[in-house]
Amino acid sequence: MSVSQVSNSDVDVFDLPSDSDRKMLLKRVAIVVGITVLVVVLAYWRTGGSGLLVTQAIVTGLLVGGVYSLIALGLTLIFGVLHIINFAQGALVTMGMYATYVISSNLGWNPYLTLVISIPLLLVFGGLVQILIINRSMGEAHENQLLLTLALGLLIENTLLLVFGGNPLSVRSGPETVYNIFGAVATQSRIIAFLGASLLAVLLFIMLQRTGIGTAIRAVAANPTGARLVGINVKRIYIITFAIGAACAGAAGTLVVPFVSIQPIAGEVFNVTAFVVVVLGGLGKVVGAMFGGLIVGLAEQFGGIFFPDQSNLLGVFAVFILILFLRPQGLFANAS
Amino acid sequence: MSIQTPMVDISPRHIWSDKNVIALLIGIVVLVPFPLVFGASQEAIAIRVMIIGILGISWNIMSGYGGMFSFGHAAYFGIGAYSSSVMLVNFDISPWIGMLVGMGLAALFGVIIGYLSFRYKLRGTYFALATFAFAEMLRIIVMSADALNAGVGYHIPLITESSWWLMQFPSGSPNYFWLGLTLLGASLLISILFVRSRAGQFVIAIREDESAAASLGIPVLKFKLIAISVSGAVGAIAGVFYTQYYLFIDPDLAFGASRSIEAILAPVVGGVGTIWGPIVGSSVLAPLTDITAALLRNPPGPLGFLEGRSGLDIMLYAILIIVMILFLPKGIFGTIKEKVSRK
Repeated sequence: MSVSQVSNSDVDVFDLPSDSDRKMLLKRVAIVVGITVLVVVLAYWRTGGSGLLVTQAIVTGLLVGGVYSLIALGLTLIFGVLHIINFAQGALVTMGMYATYVISSNLGWNPYLTLVISIPLLLVFGGLVQILIINRSMGEAHENQLLLTLALGLLIENTLLLVFGGNPLSVRSGPETVYNIFGAVATQSRIIAFLGASLLAVLLFIMLQRTGIGTAIRAVAANPTGARLVGINVKRIYIITFAIGAACAGAAGTLVVPFVSIQPIAGEVFNVTAFVVVVLGGLGKVVGAMFGGLIVGLAEQFGGIFFPDQSNLLGVFAVFILILFLRPQGLFANAS
Repeated sequence: MSIQTPMVDISPRHIWSDKNVIALLIGIVVLVPFPLVFGASQEAIAIRVMIIGILGISWNIMSGYGGMFSFGHAAYFGIGAYSSSVMLVNFDISPWIGMLVGMGLAALFGVIIGYLSFRYKLRGTYFALATFAFAEMLRIIVMSADALNAGVGYHIPLITESSWWLMQFPSGSPNYFWLGLTLLGASLLISILFVRSRAGQFVIAIREDESAAASLGIPVLKFKLIAISVSGAVGAIAGVFYTQYYLFIDPDLAFGASRSIEAILAPVVGGVGTIWGPIVGSSVLAPLTDITAALLRNPPGPLGFLEGRSGLDIMLYAILIIVMILFLPKGIFGTIKEKVSRK
């Protein structure tokens, strides 16, 4: 209940901040940048002055963060419009991976080319899920929809497990070229994933801001009753939104295929990070999700530097819990 | 709570005339001869029903009656499992004492995350995400804590004889069933007594309308924390029993997200916010795993390619959950209860 209060009170869900908020926002961005710089300096000190390790962490963190942004963008879009945390988002990423695997290994396509299949496939799948399952329970308690997406995620993962088995699969796109960025190394596939994810995220952002459908989606997010009154078919917007959210996940799945092992549970780690990104950026905030992804990518890498014996995720969760308690409305939202 | 929960009956004054207590006693008496009648494989299924049932009862206290949706119940299960294993393996302390310590620690953990969450006014989805994050943090920390055997986990040392004190019996021993029945009965009794109690009634009132309850002078935070701590303590029981039955625990088994999901499934299928819902749900869910495993070991003709695969059981769980939420949101027991009371 408070969830909807939080997002309904923010009318600017998908919009850029108005002028009056801009100062506030700048201040907050400055704080985030300041903390990031501080963390980088501390990391430099912690590694005993190894600039290379820190640069590597920044490069890897940002590259992975771009993919997180795209997945989180889908998640935050669904939350902003439907007020549902989609627990199946990670499983949808996995679906994208398997779609790429099947096409690429059977037809010999370049994995990146399979985007023309995986995106439409997930669009249709997401739309069908919304029509057949979630639309039926819209308006009921949030927990019901949460359980539905949870069950959907389990269903997808275990169907993949049943059909493909649990052994890790992989798709190779030919020999890896390694690039040198300020001394740090980055593989070609990671760079492509970052660029592809960023491009898709920006395209989606423009679509939300500039097209009729995008405006309708933003209208439903800001005020569903008002949107219905001006003649927008809200249920249809729900379907389109879930479809787009799923397609973001599917595209991300395809983009990461060359450097992850494809397993039915491969998407889970993306699920977890996407939650963190979305809460960090403010649930339902598109720009927040895009920046949040980069921050979480960095948090993961720097977590590895500060706690070398721990899983990288520890840093991510530490950030998550702090944000959840201190600024549950997200870093870039107005205090409400 | 979401999945509409029927209001509880006004409890009779005397506990022995409470129909839930009577049903519990009858149920226990009827089930005592079970392992003497059925074989070891049925007992294994029955024990899984009990473990999932206890975990579901635990979730139901906090999230069903209390309306605080937990997506991190693995935390309590894992704290119980690890407390008793660490004490048994390192210090030779009986799992019964380990269980009490685990229950205490789980309750304490619940109070801490509950206090933090409510202090910062987290609700609904945010609260669910916070519980999830805490359970995952525990998993990650234990995973790399050498003092807790890190990712390796604990094997419970085997003993040759049967021992109630060490909670260990030869595999297939009917004692495991009776142990489980005792623990399940205790968990059900805790849940019945909690709902009957003043605290339980306050918790339900808070779930129904928090601001109304607060305006009547009910200390909301206190009773929410009580519900979480009772729930956490019961969750720890499930963890200890699991470890003593399978004689092994590791961070993923104890604190993994799938354990948290398991805690939710049984009450949702059986009936959220009802005494018997979790156990009805687990009686439906747990045997499904064995049925599908048998099916996949020897699949019929056209499905031959699925031989030796896994995943079918969870697929069925997931479909069942979707169907239940769309068509029977009150769960099996909740729906029956409503039909009966309407007549």
